[in-house]
Amino acid sequence: MNSLEEILSWCEKTAFDLEFTHAKQWKSKDEKRVIVGYLPIYVPREIIHAANGIAVGIMGTGDRKQIIKGDAYYQSYICHLPRGIIEMALDNNLNGFDGFLFPAICDCVRNLSGMFKLSKKGKFQRYFDYAQNFDPFIGGTFYKHEMEKVIDDIYNVNGVKASVDGLNKAIKLYNINRRLIEEIYDIRQKYPWRLSAVETYHILRAGICITVEEHNEMLQKILNVIRNERGEAMDNIRVVVSGSFCEQPPVGLIKSIEMAGCYIVDDDFMLGSRWIQGDIEEDTNDPLEAITKAYLNQSTFASCYYDVGNPKGKRLVELVKRREADGVIFSAASFCDPALLDRPEMQKECDAAGVPHINFQYHENTGQFKVIKEQAGTFSDSIKLWA
Amino acid sequence: MANPKDAVKEKSMIIQKEMLAKQFNDLSKAKETGKKVCYTFVPGNLIELILSFDMLPVYPEINALQSGMRKKSGGYIKDAEKMGHSEDVCTYVKCDIGMMLNGNIGPTGEKLPEPDLLLLSYTGCFTFLKWFENLNRLYPNAEIAMLHTPYQEDGKITKEQIDYMVKQLKEEVLPKFEKVSGKKFDSARLSKLLSNSVQSEDYWVKVLQLAKIKPSPIDAYFAGVYYMGPINTAFRGSDECLEYYKELYHEIKDRAEKKLLPVTPEGEMQKERFRLVVEGPPNWTNFREFWKIFYDMGAVIVASTYTKVGGVYDLGYRQNPEEPLESLATYCMGCYTNLNLPQRVDLIEKYVKEYQADGFLINSIKSCNSFSAGQLMIMREIEQRTGVPVGFIESDLVDPRYFSYANIKNRLESYFQMLEQRKIILSQESVTV
Repeated sequence: MNSLEEILSWCEKTAFDLEFTHAKQWKSKDEKRVIVGYLPIYVPREIIHAANGIAVGIMGTGDRKQIIKGDAYYQSYICHLPRGIIEMALDNNLNGFDGFLFPAICDCVRNLSGMFKLSKKGKFQRYFDYAQNFDPFIGGTFYKHEMEKVIDDIYNVNGVKASVDGLNKAIKLYNINRRLIEEIYDIRQKYPWRLSAVETYHILRAGICITVEEHNEMLQKILNVIRNERGEAMDNIRVVVSGSFCEQPPVGLIKSIEMAGCYIVDDDFMLGSRWIQGDIEEDTNDPLEAITKAYLNQSTFASCYYDVGNPKGKRLVELVKRREADGVIFSAASFCDPALLDRPEMQKECDAAGVPHINFQYHENTGQFKVIKEQAGTFSDSIKLWA
Repeated sequence: MANPKDAVKEKSMIIQKEMLAKQFNDLSKAKETGKKVCYTFVPGNLIELILSFDMLPVYPEINALQSGMRKKSGGYIKDAEKMGHSEDVCTYVKCDIGMMLNGNIGPTGEKLPEPDLLLLSYTGCFTFLKWFENLNRLYPNAEIAMLHTPYQEDGKITKEQIDYMVKQLKEEVLPKFEKVSGKKFDSARLSKLLSNSVQSEDYWVKVLQLAKIKPSPIDAYFAGVYYMGPINTAFRGSDECLEYYKELYHEIKDRAEKKLLPVTPEGEMQKERFRLVVEGPPNWTNFREFWKIFYDMGAVIVASTYTKVGGVYDLGYRQNPEEPLESLATYCMGCYTNLNLPQRVDLIEKYVKEYQADGFLINSIKSCNSFSAGQLMIMREIEQRTGVPVGFIESDLVDPRYFSYANIKNRLESYFQMLEQRKIILSQESVTV
């Protein structure tokens, strides 16, 4: 698998393999290996890697699985993501996973952790609380303790304790991973035609289903191609897409935005892979402290993160400026309280900064994109004609 | 059913009415009297701490539910939606924002004072975080203090979690209180208030447990929301609160001894046909109509989870005046919506068994994912563990667009028929045996 086309095709297949075949094959090669599934948005995957595990992102079923049983577990006014995940759990897609992490993103994901506990899926099910106090001695201590609980959980499964060396090695690998991903985004900012938003999405989503070593190798190969000119520039506007950090938009929606004349130069689709901005300190005697510091000081902005003192709206506008984007598309999953409650204030910040914006809502299995395409197309035209 | 005009106000009702009148009067004069105002939330509220600094609390979700009962919430929600809030999100938030946009007029018709301190005790509801981020932008001059309450994800409260909260209280919350109030933290005063709370909590539990008697002298949901008012909001720790619960307990004990049934807005119930446990908050926009469906059918709610959002005291927790900050931390983490799903199921199962309920009913609220996400699984678990018939209805907190009287009545009537049928079958089986 060397050509870009081969890699992209493999990524597309792997990103939406709801059996997680690749991760299960990886596990089958060593009885001390574990698979730990995690939900959006972010978990420090380094600690799982250091304990001989693979952290596999469970981003929902998208439009790839018909939901029948899952609907019997959720009322119509609850977002689509958890019903797809329950469907996967009941259909045995998640068999072979040793444990599950449910990050503190919202009450739906929080309560889903309890549903997994009640149905005894996996050997452990843990709600992973994000510290909302950012003092290193207060929130930092709490966050470190949250990580230690996960380390203990994995130890109870495979008897492997994450060591200082193992953690430092994992930090290095994930630092490389974040740098490579960021380079792709930087190239796409200048030359978005070299790699489409859909292709980028597939690459990142596949990356959370395979080992970081494999992903890094793949990212290097992709970068070797897109560092050179490829594709053809179009007369498109540049947009940042915001609000899709948890339940993922269907690929058709991302494609529709692009086809409507909008290059997506930044987004929060696979935010967990880009959560930490910059490197985590490497080769320290206390790598958990290093990961904690990164969480406290280098986290990106997100709806699950208390933002008084550094509001998300301002950070979004900064991102728009840094990416030289023409506007923002607020694209949130229906019934997503965190994204939708943030939206009005973020829109106000955009208005104050003169950044044009539009918004729409979706489900991960939305099948009709005509209206969205028209809306994005009109947005693009209006910016091209009058901005 | 007695004639409505026969419904006599009990002494406890008068006490509560006076407490509330004084509270809102104090709030309306806060700027004149120089009293500082603290906006905070009901679950995990730190009322003893607020009172120890001589500050006045305002609860945005109480404002919202009162707006719902006064039929104002529909308009407020639409105004919030006009400024960009989605139809999909929590209607308490939208109602509160709409109320602010319309002059922040409280239930007494007077303007509520702006906050001097926003105390975000982030307990059991993720939306609280978003709500206060929004309030922070609407009241940029108010101080804001964040108290992150860890979730009981392992079904227990750990020493590390308590330490985390106590450190936040010491380093983040108390300094903000001192700055806003201009007073030093008085640990002895806080302990005194907590001692009062313990006594009120004891009486409150005794009140709730009187519903174990057959027939129950109280409705622990529809009337329960009134009974829980003082302890869950502005008064826990005060002498008036203690007086209220002492009086309430004696009144209800007296009713129980006389085998009297719950008091409703239309007088006293005459027959207890069904005993139910209810999960989830009530609908506020059509509260009376909703309640009437139940008492017309002789259905009494003997235990409810909603009345535990401000503390699950019947599981034994009491404030601890000896360790005031640790006590507040433990209190916050013990509130119902901060329990994990298995704990919630265990609690409901206990209620169904101990209160000898005939059925278990969920009122699933569109706005409240903290309660609602997972309720269908809770329902299945309870059915399996207890064997009682379970029912499920849907409404909303304060959005009148989501209360469909005919649908709810229809479903409840079918549910009551099922309960009736089961009673007949069970009585026939016991005769055969």
